[in-house]
Amino acid sequence: MRITRKDFLRLSGFSLLAAGCKQAVRSVTSAARPASKPIRWGMVIDVKKCREKEACDACIHACSTAHNIPQIANRAHEVKWIWTEPYAAVFPSTQTSYVPPSFAKGMVPLLCNHCDDPPCTRVCPTQATWKRDDGTVMMDWHRCIGCRYCIAACPYGSRSFNWEDPRPAIASINPDFPTRTKGVVEKCNFCEERLAQGLKPACVEACPQHAFTFGNLADPDSEPRQLLRERFAVQRQPELGTGPSVYYLV
Amino acid sequence: MRDRVWILAGLAVFVAALTFPAWYGLAHAKASSSPPNLVLPVNQKECVAPAGTMRATHMQLLIQWRQDVTRRGDRRFVAYNGKVYEKSLTRTCLGCHNKAGFCDRCHQYSGVSGPHCWNCHNDPQAVARSAP
Repeated sequence: MRITRKDFLRLSGFSLLAAGCKQAVRSVTSAARPASKPIRWGMVIDVKKCREKEACDACIHACSTAHNIPQIANRAHEVKWIWTEPYAAVFPSTQTSYVPPSFAKGMVPLLCNHCDDPPCTRVCPTQATWKRDDGTVMMDWHRCIGCRYCIAACPYGSRSFNWEDPRPAIASINPDFPTRTKGVVEKCNFCEERLAQGLKPACVEACPQHAFTFGNLADPDSEPRQLLRERFAVQRQPELGTGPSVYYLV
Repeated sequence: MRDRVWILAGLAVFVAALTFPAWYGLAHAKASSSPPNLVLPVNQKECVAPAGTMRATHMQLLIQWRQDVTRRGDRRFVAYNGKVYEKSLTRTCLGCHNKAGFCDRCHQYSGVSGPHCWNCHNDPQAVARSAP
């Protein structure tokens, strides 16, 4: 089949017109659809409220039961999603010589910060960990090869490696949530599986002092945003530029 | 024909060696040509897809569900007949199927030992049994 110059030009013209029309239709339809509200999950922890009840580990216990976290005594092998450490270890750069000793020695609950710019996701060679559109730093345990590069990258120590089979160290298994296996990294998932059901994270619900406030940081009227407007809050090592989404009222 | 004895003896050894797997299988009764005796769900009549489709492509479906849930947070599965299911191995698949009597038995029969699902995922019935 021979094609004349005229036919060729006509065909090209129609093709361009069709492509242009598609763009126009797409822009009109996307403008007509209401833009979905952005979500950025975040948490505010009231350290004072947390300390009102001594030796309380309700949040840690709730998290362990919900997520089948093994209880391993050997500190080199332990697996942590939410845990506590002394104030001085949590906020090393805000230390002065005159912090009230009672405050400096008291414990502060820690969990994954679900950073704006998470260093762990950047180094993962298999994309087994990544940041979701709602800000949750997720893990795909199917995909983790156990290289532990993310553990090295996380400045907050939020990630744990399964050095041994975790199942024998789980007192009672919650069948609704998978356990992990030897050789994968794990961490707090902001209770992604509960958020999908419209529930709040397990630690937030379990706290008898209501020290945890969870909500959408992108919504100026959300509970955490109201708290952050009213009171002074700090993040863990914000100078690292990771943008933690867990705030502490001190 | 002086070597008849040797030839026949050699042939007998050859046939015995050739048919050894069949004799061994019969003697040790681990393998059989009859289909596996599967424990079928009692509370449901239909699966998320027709049985033939599930038999041939359940692995692709499971991988698709896995990607949808972990990567996209999409947990809603609309089946071929319009029914809606949750994309969950533990709750949806094992809600009806018996892992030991269905998954394991058929995989053993087919000689498929590949998937590591149960290294992490739980069998709710086994968990309930082991609970005090």
